[in-house]
Amino acid sequence: MTTTTEAVNLTAPLPRGGIVQSVRDSLVIAKRNLLRMTRIPEVIIFGMIQPVMFVVLFSYVFGGSVSVGGNTSAVEYRNFLMAGIFAQTVTFATAGSGAGIADDMHKGLIDRFRSLPMSRGAVLTGRTLADLVQTALTIVVLVIVALLVGWRIHEGIPKALAAFGLLLLLGYAFSWIGALIGLSVRTPEAATSGGLIWLFPVTFVSNAFVDSSQMTPWLRHIADWNPFSATVQACRELFGNPGVSQSDAWPMQYPVWASLIWSIVIIVLFRTLAVRKYRSAAG
Amino acid sequence: MPGAIYAEGLVKTFGEVRALDGVDLDVPEGTVLGLLGPNGAGKTTAVRVLTTLLQPDSGKAVVNGIDVLKHPNEVRRSIGLSGQFAAVDEYLTGRENLQMVGQLYQMSGRDAKKRAVELLDRFNLTDAADRPAKTYSGGMRRRLDLAAALVVSPPVMFMDEPTTGLDPRNRQQLWEVIQELVRGGTTLLLTTQYLEEADHLADTICVVDHGKVIARGTADELKARTGGERVEVVVHQRDQIAPATEVLRGFGKGEVAVAEHTRKLTVPVTGGAKLLAEVIRDLDARGVEIDDIGLRRPTLDDVFISLTGHAAEAAAEEAEDAARPGGQGGRGSQKEKTK
Repeated sequence: MTTTTEAVNLTAPLPRGGIVQSVRDSLVIAKRNLLRMTRIPEVIIFGMIQPVMFVVLFSYVFGGSVSVGGNTSAVEYRNFLMAGIFAQTVTFATAGSGAGIADDMHKGLIDRFRSLPMSRGAVLTGRTLADLVQTALTIVVLVIVALLVGWRIHEGIPKALAAFGLLLLLGYAFSWIGALIGLSVRTPEAATSGGLIWLFPVTFVSNAFVDSSQMTPWLRHIADWNPFSATVQACRELFGNPGVSQSDAWPMQYPVWASLIWSIVIIVLFRTLAVRKYRSAAG
Repeated sequence: MPGAIYAEGLVKTFGEVRALDGVDLDVPEGTVLGLLGPNGAGKTTAVRVLTTLLQPDSGKAVVNGIDVLKHPNEVRRSIGLSGQFAAVDEYLTGRENLQMVGQLYQMSGRDAKKRAVELLDRFNLTDAADRPAKTYSGGMRRRLDLAAALVVSPPVMFMDEPTTGLDPRNRQQLWEVIQELVRGGTTLLLTTQYLEEADHLADTICVVDHGKVIARGTADELKARTGGERVEVVVHQRDQIAPATEVLRGFGKGEVAVAEHTRKLTVPVTGGAKLLAEVIRDLDARGVEIDDIGLRRPTLDDVFISLTGHAAEAAAEEAEDAARPGGQGGRGSQKEKTK
């Protein structure tokens, strides 16, 4: 052990408190999580392979046997399907947010962060932001695969970009649910499975993979009001893809607004719950 | 005037278990307090309350003159915490870990960078600075963890079992670092299961059991209460217990304790190693064949037995683990490793 003087000439500490510190702390944590990702690239790779597999499986297994607006052609189904796969991808990625947070708790890192004079929400915000970056990367790869299997947009680039904006916002919203799950379970393994289980009904009782008008009435109502469906419907409209639901449920009539509202409501609600949990977490 | 760390009547329960049952502490500035106790005595809970991680059910805690319950964020600025398990991000390098912690202590990026270089140098981690912490040895991780706790040179430090799981060489090294820190004027509260460690590092020791402080004093005072050192002899055959007992009685400062089935005799003594030689000579002269003989210094168990009449046992912290999401696995697995 070398001996060095303890005295350090430091410039004054940065201004504390408030939104500025909150943003800065979140970015420090986001950077940390992004650095981690670059050190474990296999996580990103597998995260990309999974949705690509869904595209291929759904396209070729269901394509041709599922009718979209009376049309059973495989290409038609693929164009219908893609909005659903995109939405499924951004939401399934959120299981990773929860697992990451559970892992930090498990390793004692959350204790360290909680003992530091940092913003209370930053650990979670930093994590969800970093996960958003990862999700965006996955979407880029997925778009390329989708174009390869015959998916096309028909309403121009700006609307398509707006659709991807809605998708990422939905993913960000759902990652706060994942964060809450991660803070509430004992192990990263539990966070992964607990973070996935609820996503199956949410993504399947929706208009993502089949036309919801073919469902029994009570299921159709759930599907029409499912936040997930709103985003899928909005994407189909903005991409100009087939299979836009003709349902007269409000979210299906105004899917862009519905998607925005749902996502924001989820963020506000689950961010509040997760940050509260974090403050008292592990104790 | 209360000390740099002050607690009064701290109570914390986890379900049925009273992890803290009215703990009072007072650590004068610039001194070291050792919280000594077995697993589950409430040591970690006390540290977690004092470092703002856990809300007590009742009681008062003041660190650096700041009320822990009323102004936790102010307290966080002036403390460093080195937990039971090296809490570093294993996928980040040592340097990145320290820079991150510096920034979260609200240093500017440049200051955090500068400070990281200094700490890496001070803790002999410069060569490993740009390797992920995953590749570090246990001792290196502990040093990195400690460095992270020292980023802002906090006037008050908390260390929860800083050397648990380290080999003797690394333990020695860490002790030196801690001593250097204390010479610089830092007030330190450390928890340990080892009397030897508390003896080595602490000015005052509080022995805790079942959430209560059951004794306080210097290491010497505690040892005096425990009866100091003792000679322990294991004879080769049972029929030699009687003559051996007679020999030991001549040297002892108290009763000779005999464990028949293990053929072990124990007697409190004073006089150290020199006396041991005489004991061996006399036993030999009586024709007693010995399997083992040694001078035993008091251990935590001895302190416990003399203070409470029972051996140290684990309880409350396990309850806390169970009550903490994420806590159990991490701690449990580490504890197993240290066994």
